[in-house]
Amino acid sequence: MSTTDPLSAFPLAMEGREAVEGATREGRSLTPTERAIAAVEAYTPAEAAERTLRNEMLADSRPGSRQPLIINMGPNHPSTHGVLRVIVELDGEVVREVVPVVGYLHTGIEKQCENKTWWQAITCVTRMDYLAPFANIHSYVLAVEKLLDMQIPARAEWIRVLLSELNRLASHLVFLGTSGLEMGAMSIFFYCYRERDEVLDMFEMVSGERMNHRYFQVGGCAQDIPEGFLERLTKFLKEMPGRIDEYEALLTNNPIWIDRMKGIGIIPAEQLLGLGVTGPTLRAAGIGLDLRKSEPYSGYEHFQFDVPTEIAGDCYARYLVRVREMRESVKIMQQVIDGLPEGPFISDDRKVVLPPREELAYSMEALIHHFKLVTEGFKVPAGEAYATIESPRGEMGCYVVSDGGPKPYRVHMRDPSFVNLQALRPLAKGGYLADLIAVIASLDPVMGGVDR
Amino acid sequence: MGRPACKRRPEGRAGELSDVSTQIEATSPGAVVQEFEDHGELTVEVRADRILEAARALKSGPSQFTLLSGVTCADFPDEPGRFRLAYHLRSVQTGGRVRLRAWAGGLDPQIDSVTSVWPGADWQEREVFDQFGVRFHGHPDLCRILNPLDWDGHPLRRDYPIGGEEVQFTDAV
Repeated sequence: MSTTDPLSAFPLAMEGREAVEGATREGRSLTPTERAIAAVEAYTPAEAAERTLRNEMLADSRPGSRQPLIINMGPNHPSTHGVLRVIVELDGEVVREVVPVVGYLHTGIEKQCENKTWWQAITCVTRMDYLAPFANIHSYVLAVEKLLDMQIPARAEWIRVLLSELNRLASHLVFLGTSGLEMGAMSIFFYCYRERDEVLDMFEMVSGERMNHRYFQVGGCAQDIPEGFLERLTKFLKEMPGRIDEYEALLTNNPIWIDRMKGIGIIPAEQLLGLGVTGPTLRAAGIGLDLRKSEPYSGYEHFQFDVPTEIAGDCYARYLVRVREMRESVKIMQQVIDGLPEGPFISDDRKVVLPPREELAYSMEALIHHFKLVTEGFKVPAGEAYATIESPRGEMGCYVVSDGGPKPYRVHMRDPSFVNLQALRPLAKGGYLADLIAVIASLDPVMGGVDR
Repeated sequence: MGRPACKRRPEGRAGELSDVSTQIEATSPGAVVQEFEDHGELTVEVRADRILEAARALKSGPSQFTLLSGVTCADFPDEPGRFRLAYHLRSVQTGGRVRLRAWAGGLDPQIDSVTSVWPGADWQEREVFDQFGVRFHGHPDLCRILNPLDWDGHPLRRDYPIGGEEVQFTDAV
């Protein structure tokens, strides 16, 4: 873009122009989303000032004659959970139209996976939904294992369940903390992040990283859980129910919290289902759909737990469901600790899984396997598979296509945040602008997962 | 390395078909191209021009696939149909799952949008349009979603350049 162009000085105005350019090149008119983007960015500051002046001169003070106000919220806004941008058309304080704009965090992870070997791609997929990295890898390794027809040792499955539930707890803690922050309840944030930090420390103990772990491997887990981990977790789990009581004491009966959340953001459960919404948002509307119960994977059928549901379907119900899910996660983890089977933590299929480190010292075959696996990667039979798990936000699906080679032909992640965020428009339309914040918070989208 | 998938062709043998295919065939005869089960997943491939009829039949029929889990695509440049769309459906009532497949065509890939059946297909079809360039007829808002609005090309196509820097001194070997 030339420097003499007046629009180029204002970066926000660029996207409106991009919309027009893209549509012109494809020989079509602007779609509703593109029109909204172009409209909100149509003016340079000089033009905007001029129009305001003209509007003021034409201002009509009679009731019902006011013009809609279009405001741009985000992508850098403290209460949009990352880089979500929402274009809102307001009539006074009432939201007439909502257009969510996503893609600011798009990093082409699915494309990158196609150029990595099957085991290297784990590193990529874990970076999608950064609050639920274990959920991302879990669905990916399940899909690959499906194509390979692999049997996973029981201990590995139980460790996977343990970390997935710990991850659910950490993710819900972030939801609770940040939602509180957005509603003006500051202290809950510090309480939640205190516990979340302890969880991240435990993740670090197991996998070496606080976030973006690549701990689950095709065939099992990267290593066994370290010494002292279970003791630390047991201590944490003993404290946790009391801590959840603390959160509830701060919020559940808090009149401001209730005012901001109760009766806000309701649409019928059937409509939510039609929009593909899953997870706590759907369960808060009365449909008790949970993949851990309906299609148990990784041995979830061994554990006793309830699927919390509510019928109100408002923001408050979503909050209640998540808090009760945290209690259920604690229950599941306690059962894992009590019954964790002994045995290997990863399959011994040498065509897929790296041989144990010490074996390289004396076994030529192990050395060859290790070399082949690291340089070339393992091959996966041609075909396609779709594996789904219950992530903290809903149905996390991974669709993999293999052409029989050592690299994935296609990896697609059906991220629940992406699909659930479509419900923002019907949920927020007709409400107040302040309720829009509550609705975004209660949908709990993670933009890393939305944009991938 | 390919696994022998037990492929079945539906010609004149409607009795052998799965419930899902029978349901589609009942409202739209000749729509099902093939069906097979692999890794415990049922895949039903339908003709691209019948996708909307098949979608309607599966949502309102007895198996009640009310939840569209995902719409996605894979690019096979050597195949005549090239863009293979996959619709993952799930029935909340029966717990069943099926993958509906259709080829969108190579030169000018297009197919009917299923947003009228499952509104949740909206963003997912936009993503497929953005990444693969498949146009969905009847989609209310078909524009780019993840890439910038004026982006040139469709990144998830197999012939889209990956970019990056060339390896140095490759020509000097």
